[in-house]
Amino acid sequence: MEDRSKLASFEATILPHLGAAYNFAHWLLRNDSDAQDVVQETYLRAFRFFGGFHGGDSRSWLLTIARNACYTWLQQNRSRELMNPIDDAAEIAATDDANPETLLLQRIDTELLRNALEELPIEFREVMVLREMEGLSYKEIAALTEVPIGTVMSRLARARKRLQQTLAGRLNQEV
Amino acid sequence: MTCQELQTMRDAYLDGELDLARSLEIEKHLRECASCARSHEELRSLQMAMKSDTLRFATPPGLERRVRSAVRGESEAGWSLFRWRWLIPSVSLAVLAIIVSGLFLSRTSTDDLVASEIVAGHVRSLMAPSHLIDVLSEDPHTVKPWFDGKLDFSPPVKDLTQRGFPLYGGRLEYIANRPVAALVYQRRKHFVNVFIWPASTASDTKPTAQVRQGYNLVHWTAAGMTYWIVSDLNLAELQQFAQDLLA
Repeated sequence: MEDRSKLASFEATILPHLGAAYNFAHWLLRNDSDAQDVVQETYLRAFRFFGGFHGGDSRSWLLTIARNACYTWLQQNRSRELMNPIDDAAEIAATDDANPETLLLQRIDTELLRNALEELPIEFREVMVLREMEGLSYKEIAALTEVPIGTVMSRLARARKRLQQTLAGRLNQEV
Repeated sequence: MTCQELQTMRDAYLDGELDLARSLEIEKHLRECASCARSHEELRSLQMAMKSDTLRFATPPGLERRVRSAVRGESEAGWSLFRWRWLIPSVSLAVLAIIVSGLFLSRTSTDDLVASEIVAGHVRSLMAPSHLIDVLSEDPHTVKPWFDGKLDFSPPVKDLTQRGFPLYGGRLEYIANRPVAALVYQRRKHFVNVFIWPASTASDTKPTAQVRQGYNLVHWTAAGMTYWIVSDLNLAELQQFAQDLLA
Protein backbone atom coordinates (compact mmCIF):
# COMPACT_ATOMS: atom_id res chain seq x y z
CA MET A 1 0.00 0.00 0.00
CA GLU A 2 2.89 2.27 0.69
CA ASP A 3 3.60 2.93 -2.98
CA ARG A 4 -0.02 3.79 -3.74
CA SER A 5 -0.18 6.40 -1.01
CA LYS A 6 3.22 7.74 -2.02
CA LEU A 7 1.92 8.28 -5.56
CA ALA A 8 -1.24 9.97 -4.33
CA SER A 9 0.67 12.23 -2.00
CA PHE A 10 3.22 13.04 -4.72
CA GLU A 11 0.51 13.94 -7.20
CA ALA A 12 -1.22 16.15 -4.66
CA THR A 13 1.84 18.12 -3.53
CA ILE A 14 4.26 18.16 -6.48
CA LEU A 15 2.13 18.02 -9.62
CA PRO A 16 0.58 21.47 -9.00
CA HIS A 17 4.02 23.02 -9.61
CA LEU A 18 4.19 21.74 -13.17
CA GLY A 19 3.69 25.25 -14.57
CA ALA A 20 6.51 26.71 -12.47
CA ALA A 21 8.86 23.87 -13.42
CA TYR A 22 8.07 24.16 -17.12
CA ASN A 23 8.42 27.96 -17.18
CA PHE A 24 11.74 27.76 -15.33
CA ALA A 25 13.09 24.98 -17.59
CA HIS A 26 11.98 26.86 -20.70
CA TRP A 27 13.82 29.98 -19.57
CA LEU A 28 16.97 28.02 -18.81
CA LEU A 29 16.94 25.91 -21.99
CA ARG A 30 15.27 28.50 -24.25
CA ASN A 31 13.38 25.84 -26.13
CA ASP A 32 9.96 24.18 -25.73
CA SER A 33 10.60 20.54 -26.57
CA ASP A 34 13.85 20.34 -24.59
CA ALA A 35 12.04 21.94 -21.65
CA GLN A 36 9.26 19.33 -21.88
CA ASP A 37 11.77 16.47 -21.88
CA VAL A 38 13.65 17.91 -18.94
CA VAL A 39 10.42 18.53 -16.99
CA GLN A 40 9.47 14.88 -17.43
CA GLU A 41 12.92 13.85 -16.21
CA THR A 42 12.54 16.32 -13.31
CA TYR A 43 9.31 14.66 -12.19
CA LEU A 44 10.77 11.17 -12.43
CA ARG A 45 13.72 12.25 -10.29
CA ALA A 46 11.41 14.05 -7.89
CA PHE A 47 9.29 10.94 -7.51
CA ARG A 48 12.36 8.84 -6.74
CA PHE A 49 13.57 11.36 -4.16
CA PHE A 50 10.11 12.01 -2.75
CA GLY A 51 10.78 9.75 0.23
CA GLY A 52 13.45 12.25 1.28
CA PHE A 53 11.12 15.24 1.06
CA HIS A 54 9.96 16.11 4.57
CA GLY A 55 7.64 19.03 4.20
CA GLY A 56 9.04 22.49 3.55
CA ASP A 57 8.37 24.41 0.39
CA SER A 58 7.51 21.84 -2.26
CA ARG A 59 7.83 24.35 -5.11
CA SER A 60 11.43 25.31 -4.18
CA TRP A 61 12.18 21.63 -3.75
CA LEU A 62 10.91 20.81 -7.22
CA LEU A 63 12.60 23.84 -8.80
CA THR A 64 15.93 22.74 -7.30
CA ILE A 65 15.55 19.36 -8.99
CA ALA A 66 14.44 21.05 -12.23
CA ARG A 67 17.48 23.31 -12.16
CA ASN A 68 19.84 20.37 -11.66
CA ALA A 69 18.16 18.49 -14.49
CA CYS A 70 18.52 21.54 -16.77
CA TYR A 71 22.22 21.96 -15.99
CA THR A 72 22.86 18.26 -16.51
CA TRP A 73 21.03 18.43 -19.82
CA LEU A 74 22.98 21.50 -20.91
CA GLN A 75 26.24 19.90 -19.86
CA GLN A 76 25.46 16.89 -22.03
CA ASN A 77 23.93 18.62 -25.02
CA ARG A 78 24.99 22.26 -25.15
CA SER A 79 27.98 22.48 -22.84
CA ARG A 80 29.16 25.55 -24.73
CA GLU A 81 26.42 27.55 -22.99
CA LEU A 82 28.00 26.78 -19.62
CA MET A 83 31.56 27.44 -20.67
CA ASN A 84 31.76 31.13 -19.84
CA PRO A 85 30.50 31.57 -16.30
CA ILE A 86 29.97 35.16 -15.22
CA ASP A 87 32.44 36.80 -12.88
CA ASP A 88 30.66 37.41 -9.59
CA ALA A 89 33.52 39.54 -8.35
CA ALA A 90 33.03 42.05 -11.16
CA GLU A 91 31.97 45.53 -10.17
CA ILE A 92 28.51 46.67 -11.07
CA ALA A 93 28.93 49.16 -13.89
CA ALA A 94 28.73 52.73 -12.69
CA THR A 95 25.37 54.27 -13.28
CA ASP A 96 24.93 57.19 -15.54
CA ASP A 97 21.62 58.35 -14.25
CA ALA A 98 22.44 61.90 -15.09
CA ASN A 99 22.12 60.89 -18.70
CA PRO A 100 18.78 62.26 -19.92
CA GLU A 101 18.08 59.53 -22.49
CA THR A 102 16.62 57.14 -19.96
CA LEU A 103 14.01 54.53 -20.44
CA LEU A 104 10.50 55.68 -20.82
CA LEU A 105 8.98 53.48 -18.24
CA GLN A 106 5.54 52.95 -19.53
CA ARG A 107 6.93 51.89 -22.86
CA ILE A 108 8.61 48.65 -21.88
CA ASP A 109 7.60 46.32 -24.62
CA THR A 110 7.12 42.74 -23.43
CA GLU A 111 8.63 41.23 -26.55
CA LEU A 112 11.74 43.40 -26.29
CA LEU A 113 12.01 42.44 -22.64
CA ARG A 114 11.60 38.75 -23.46
CA ASN A 115 14.43 38.94 -26.00
CA ALA A 116 16.67 40.88 -23.64
CA LEU A 117 16.04 38.33 -20.90
CA GLU A 118 16.78 35.42 -23.20
CA GLU A 119 20.12 36.95 -24.08
CA LEU A 120 21.24 37.22 -20.46
CA PRO A 121 23.84 34.74 -19.19
CA ILE A 122 22.16 31.78 -17.51
CA GLU A 123 23.24 32.87 -14.00
CA PHE A 124 21.36 36.15 -14.45
CA ARG A 125 18.39 34.60 -16.21
CA GLU A 126 17.74 32.08 -13.46
CA VAL A 127 17.77 34.58 -10.59
CA MET A 128 15.47 36.92 -12.51
CA VAL A 129 12.95 34.17 -13.24
CA LEU A 130 13.04 32.88 -9.65
CA ARG A 131 12.72 36.36 -8.17
CA GLU A 132 10.29 38.11 -10.51
CA MET A 133 8.16 35.28 -11.87
CA GLU A 134 8.18 32.89 -8.93
CA GLY A 135 8.50 35.54 -6.22
CA LEU A 136 11.14 33.63 -4.26
CA SER A 137 13.09 35.42 -1.52
CA TYR A 138 16.85 36.04 -1.70
CA LYS A 139 17.31 33.30 0.88
CA GLU A 140 15.31 30.78 -1.12
CA ILE A 141 17.14 31.68 -4.35
CA ALA A 142 20.49 31.39 -2.59
CA ALA A 143 19.64 27.89 -1.36
CA LEU A 144 18.29 26.86 -4.75
CA THR A 145 21.22 28.13 -6.81
CA GLU A 146 23.85 27.27 -4.17
CA VAL A 147 25.41 30.73 -3.94
CA PRO A 148 25.59 33.20 -1.01
CA ILE A 149 22.75 35.69 -0.53
CA GLY A 150 25.09 38.58 -1.39
CA THR A 151 25.76 36.97 -4.75
CA VAL A 152 22.03 36.63 -5.40
CA MET A 153 21.63 40.34 -4.71
CA SER A 154 24.50 41.39 -6.94
CA ARG A 155 23.39 39.07 -9.75
CA LEU A 156 19.90 40.57 -9.63
CA ALA A 157 21.30 44.09 -9.65
CA ARG A 158 23.58 43.36 -12.58
CA ALA A 159 20.85 41.51 -14.47
CA ARG A 160 18.47 44.45 -14.09
CA LYS A 161 21.15 46.89 -15.13
CA ARG A 162 21.81 44.86 -18.27
CA LEU A 163 18.13 44.60 -19.10
CA GLN A 164 17.73 48.35 -18.70
CA GLN A 165 20.72 49.01 -20.91
CA THR A 166 19.52 46.63 -23.60
CA LEU A 167 16.01 48.02 -23.56
CA ALA A 168 17.25 51.60 -23.63
CA GLY A 169 19.59 50.74 -26.51
CA ARG A 170 16.85 49.14 -28.57
CA LEU A 171 14.40 51.97 -27.95
CA ASN A 172 16.94 54.54 -29.01
CA GLN A 173 17.59 52.59 -32.17
CA GLU A 174 13.94 52.54 -33.01
CA VAL A 175 13.28 56.20 -32.43
CA MET B 1 22.33 58.35 3.13
CA THR B 2 24.28 59.22 0.01
CA CYS B 3 23.30 58.40 -3.56
CA GLN B 4 26.18 55.94 -3.63
CA GLU B 5 24.89 54.07 -0.58
CA LEU B 6 21.43 53.97 -2.05
CA GLN B 7 22.80 52.43 -5.23
CA THR B 8 24.15 49.45 -3.33
CA MET B 9 20.81 48.80 -1.66
CA ARG B 10 18.33 49.77 -4.34
CA ASP B 11 17.66 46.21 -5.54
CA ALA B 12 17.26 44.83 -2.03
CA TYR B 13 14.85 47.68 -1.28
CA LEU B 14 12.90 47.00 -4.44
CA ASP B 15 12.67 43.33 -3.54
CA GLY B 16 11.50 44.06 0.00
CA GLU B 17 14.58 42.45 1.50
CA LEU B 18 15.68 45.38 3.70
CA ASP B 19 14.82 45.91 7.34
CA LEU B 20 12.47 48.69 8.34
CA ALA B 21 15.14 51.18 9.45
CA ARG B 22 17.04 50.94 6.19
CA SER B 23 13.84 51.11 4.16
CA LEU B 24 12.83 54.31 5.93
CA GLU B 25 16.23 55.86 5.22
CA ILE B 26 15.88 54.99 1.57
CA GLU B 27 12.39 56.40 1.35
CA LYS B 28 13.61 59.62 2.92
CA HIS B 29 16.41 59.88 0.38
CA LEU B 30 14.05 59.15 -2.52
CA ARG B 31 11.80 62.02 -1.43
CA GLU B 32 14.75 64.40 -1.41
CA CYS B 33 16.74 63.31 -4.46
CA ALA B 34 15.03 63.59 -7.84
CA SER B 35 17.73 61.70 -9.69
CA CYS B 36 17.60 58.65 -7.41
CA ALA B 37 13.82 58.80 -7.38
CA ARG B 38 13.68 58.62 -11.16
CA SER B 39 16.18 55.79 -11.28
CA HIS B 40 14.13 53.91 -8.70
CA GLU B 41 10.95 54.43 -10.71
CA GLU B 42 12.67 53.00 -13.77
CA LEU B 43 13.77 49.97 -11.85
CA ARG B 44 10.29 49.53 -10.48
CA SER B 45 8.72 49.67 -13.92
CA LEU B 46 11.15 47.03 -15.11
CA GLN B 47 10.05 44.90 -12.19
CA MET B 48 6.39 45.41 -13.03
CA ALA B 49 7.07 44.41 -16.61
CA MET B 50 8.96 41.31 -15.48
CA LYS B 51 5.99 40.16 -13.46
CA SER B 52 3.75 40.32 -16.50
CA ASP B 53 2.08 37.00 -17.19
CA THR B 54 2.84 37.26 -20.89
CA LEU B 55 6.52 36.59 -20.09
CA ARG B 56 5.67 33.24 -18.58
CA PHE B 57 5.82 30.23 -20.85
CA ALA B 58 2.45 28.56 -20.64
CA THR B 59 2.50 24.84 -19.92
CA PRO B 60 1.87 23.04 -23.23
CA PRO B 61 -1.33 20.99 -23.39
CA GLY B 62 -0.52 17.34 -22.89
CA LEU B 63 2.54 17.88 -20.71
CA GLU B 64 0.61 17.16 -17.53
CA ARG B 65 -0.71 13.89 -18.95
CA ARG B 66 2.77 12.93 -20.15
CA VAL B 67 4.34 13.65 -16.76
CA ARG B 68 1.55 11.93 -14.86
CA SER B 69 1.82 8.73 -16.88
CA ALA B 70 5.63 8.71 -16.63
CA VAL B 71 5.41 8.98 -12.84
CA ARG B 72 2.70 6.30 -12.67
CA GLY B 73 4.86 3.98 -14.77
CA GLU B 74 7.72 4.58 -12.39
CA SER B 75 5.48 3.92 -9.41
CA GLU B 76 4.09 0.66 -10.81
CA ALA B 77 7.55 -0.61 -11.64
CA GLY B 78 8.48 -0.18 -7.98
CA TRP B 79 5.20 -1.76 -6.82
CA SER B 80 5.39 -4.94 -8.87
CA LEU B 81 9.01 -5.51 -7.86
CA PHE B 82 7.92 -5.09 -4.25
CA ARG B 83 5.25 -7.83 -4.51
CA TRP B 84 7.34 -10.22 -6.49
CA ARG B 85 10.07 -10.08 -3.92
CA TRP B 86 7.78 -11.22 -1.15
CA LEU B 87 6.04 -13.87 -3.20
CA ILE B 88 9.07 -16.04 -3.74
CA PRO B 89 11.74 -14.73 -1.42
CA SER B 90 14.14 -17.64 -1.48
CA VAL B 91 14.21 -18.00 -5.26
CA SER B 92 14.62 -14.30 -5.82
CA LEU B 93 17.41 -14.13 -3.29
CA ALA B 94 19.26 -16.93 -5.04
CA VAL B 95 18.72 -15.32 -8.44
CA LEU B 96 19.87 -12.00 -7.06
CA ALA B 97 23.02 -13.57 -5.68
CA ILE B 98 23.82 -15.12 -9.03
CA ILE B 99 23.15 -11.86 -10.89
CA VAL B 100 25.25 -9.82 -8.50
CA SER B 101 28.19 -12.21 -8.56
CA GLY B 102 27.91 -12.46 -12.35
CA LEU B 103 27.88 -8.69 -12.69
CA PHE B 104 30.82 -8.39 -10.36
CA LEU B 105 32.85 -11.02 -12.19
CA SER B 106 32.11 -9.70 -15.66
CA ARG B 107 32.76 -6.14 -14.52
CA THR B 108 36.13 -7.14 -13.12
CA SER B 109 37.24 -8.91 -16.25
CA THR B 110 36.00 -6.04 -18.46
CA ASP B 111 37.94 -3.58 -16.32
CA ASP B 112 40.97 -5.80 -16.68
CA LEU B 113 40.70 -5.77 -20.46
CA VAL B 114 40.18 -2.03 -20.53
CA ALA B 115 43.22 -1.50 -18.28
CA SER B 116 45.48 -3.29 -20.74
CA GLU B 117 44.01 -1.22 -23.59
CA ILE B 118 44.71 1.92 -21.55
CA VAL B 119 48.35 0.99 -21.06
CA ALA B 120 48.68 0.10 -24.74
CA GLY B 121 47.14 3.45 -25.69
CA HIS B 122 49.53 5.27 -23.40
CA VAL B 123 52.63 3.45 -24.68
CA ARG B 124 51.57 3.93 -28.31
CA SER B 125 51.01 7.65 -27.74
CA LEU B 126 54.59 8.08 -26.54
CA MET B 127 56.25 6.06 -29.30
CA ALA B 128 56.25 8.95 -31.72
CA PRO B 129 55.55 12.59 -30.86
CA SER B 130 52.96 12.75 -33.64
CA HIS B 131 50.89 10.04 -31.93
CA LEU B 132 50.56 11.93 -28.70
CA ILE B 133 48.19 14.70 -29.69
CA ASP B 134 45.86 15.78 -32.46
CA VAL B 135 45.18 19.19 -30.96
CA LEU B 136 48.06 20.99 -29.27
CA SER B 137 46.90 23.59 -26.77
CA GLU B 138 47.20 24.55 -23.13
CA ASP B 139 43.77 26.12 -23.27
CA PRO B 140 40.76 23.96 -22.29
CA HIS B 141 38.58 26.30 -24.38
CA THR B 142 40.49 25.20 -27.46
CA VAL B 143 40.79 21.52 -26.62
CA LYS B 144 37.18 20.90 -25.54
CA PRO B 145 35.49 22.30 -28.69
CA TRP B 146 37.96 20.36 -30.82
CA PHE B 147 36.12 17.17 -29.81
CA ASP B 148 32.79 18.53 -31.10
CA GLY B 149 31.57 16.46 -34.00
CA LYS B 150 34.24 13.83 -33.41
CA LEU B 151 32.61 12.25 -30.36
CA ASP B 152 29.01 11.74 -29.28
CA PHE B 153 29.78 13.32 -25.92
CA SER B 154 31.61 16.37 -24.66
CA PRO B 155 34.47 15.49 -22.31
CA PRO B 156 35.13 17.77 -19.33
CA VAL B 157 38.49 19.51 -19.87
CA LYS B 158 39.99 21.12 -16.78
CA ASP B 159 42.73 23.68 -16.51
CA LEU B 160 45.10 22.31 -13.85
CA THR B 161 48.07 24.59 -14.57
CA GLN B 162 47.76 26.06 -11.08
CA ARG B 163 48.03 22.55 -9.64
CA GLY B 164 51.25 21.88 -11.53
CA PHE B 165 49.70 19.88 -14.37
CA PRO B 166 49.53 22.08 -17.47
CA LEU B 167 47.35 20.79 -20.28
CA TYR B 168 49.33 19.68 -23.30
CA GLY B 169 46.63 18.72 -25.77
CA GLY B 170 44.13 16.07 -26.75
CA ARG B 171 43.47 13.36 -29.29
CA LEU B 172 40.95 10.68 -30.21
CA GLU B 173 41.44 7.11 -29.04
CA TYR B 174 39.56 3.87 -29.52
CA ILE B 175 39.12 2.01 -26.24
CA ALA B 176 36.56 -0.54 -25.03
CA ASN B 177 35.03 -0.69 -28.52
CA ARG B 178 34.24 2.99 -28.77
CA PRO B 179 35.86 6.31 -29.67
CA VAL B 180 36.99 8.09 -26.51
CA ALA B 181 38.61 11.39 -25.59
CA ALA B 182 42.27 11.35 -24.58
CA LEU B 183 43.64 14.42 -22.81
CA VAL B 184 47.33 14.84 -22.23
CA TYR B 185 48.68 16.69 -19.21
CA GLN B 186 52.30 17.28 -18.37
CA ARG B 187 54.23 17.07 -15.12
CA ARG B 188 57.89 17.94 -15.52
CA LYS B 189 59.11 15.37 -18.12
CA HIS B 190 56.19 13.03 -17.54
CA PHE B 191 53.05 12.81 -19.62
CA VAL B 192 49.70 11.83 -18.15
CA ASN B 193 47.09 10.40 -20.47
CA VAL B 194 43.48 10.90 -19.36
CA PHE B 195 40.92 8.75 -21.13
CA ILE B 196 37.28 9.79 -20.80
CA TRP B 197 34.05 8.31 -22.12
CA PRO B 198 30.42 8.07 -20.95
CA ALA B 199 29.96 5.51 -18.19
CA SER B 200 27.69 2.52 -18.73
CA THR B 201 26.27 2.88 -15.22
CA ALA B 202 25.02 6.01 -13.54
CA SER B 203 26.61 5.34 -10.16
CA ASP B 204 29.88 7.02 -9.23
CA THR B 205 32.86 4.96 -8.12
CA LYS B 206 35.84 6.07 -6.09
CA PRO B 207 39.31 6.25 -7.66
CA THR B 208 41.15 2.94 -7.51
CA ALA B 209 44.80 2.56 -8.41
CA GLN B 210 46.73 -0.27 -9.99
CA VAL B 211 50.14 -0.88 -11.53
CA ARG B 212 50.65 -2.47 -14.93
CA GLN B 213 53.89 -2.95 -16.79
CA GLY B 214 55.46 -0.35 -14.56
CA TYR B 215 52.79 2.26 -15.30
CA ASN B 216 50.44 3.64 -12.66
CA LEU B 217 46.74 3.68 -13.47
CA VAL B 218 43.86 5.31 -11.62
CA HIS B 219 40.28 4.63 -12.57
CA TRP B 220 36.93 6.07 -11.43
CA THR B 221 33.45 7.06 -12.53
CA ALA B 222 31.99 10.48 -11.82
CA ALA B 223 29.10 12.53 -13.19
CA GLY B 224 28.29 9.89 -15.78
CA MET B 225 31.82 9.69 -17.17
CA THR B 226 34.39 6.92 -16.89
CA TYR B 227 37.94 8.11 -16.26
CA TRP B 228 41.21 6.24 -16.69
CA ILE B 229 44.47 8.04 -16.10
CA VAL B 230 47.83 6.50 -16.79
CA SER B 231 51.42 7.67 -16.46
CA ASP B 232 54.93 6.71 -15.44
CA LEU B 233 54.60 9.43 -12.80
CA ASN B 234 54.77 8.18 -9.19
CA LEU B 235 51.49 7.01 -7.72
CA ALA B 236 51.26 9.71 -5.02
CA GLU B 237 51.41 12.54 -7.54
CA LEU B 238 49.12 10.72 -9.93
CA GLN B 239 46.53 10.28 -7.17
CA GLN B 240 46.86 13.97 -6.34
CA PHE B 241 46.19 14.68 -10.01
CA ALA B 242 43.13 12.43 -9.87
CA GLN B 243 41.83 14.38 -6.86
CA ASP B 244 42.40 17.68 -8.70
CA LEU B 245 40.51 16.37 -11.73
CA LEU B 246 37.66 15.24 -9.51
CA ALA B 247 37.49 18.45 -7.48
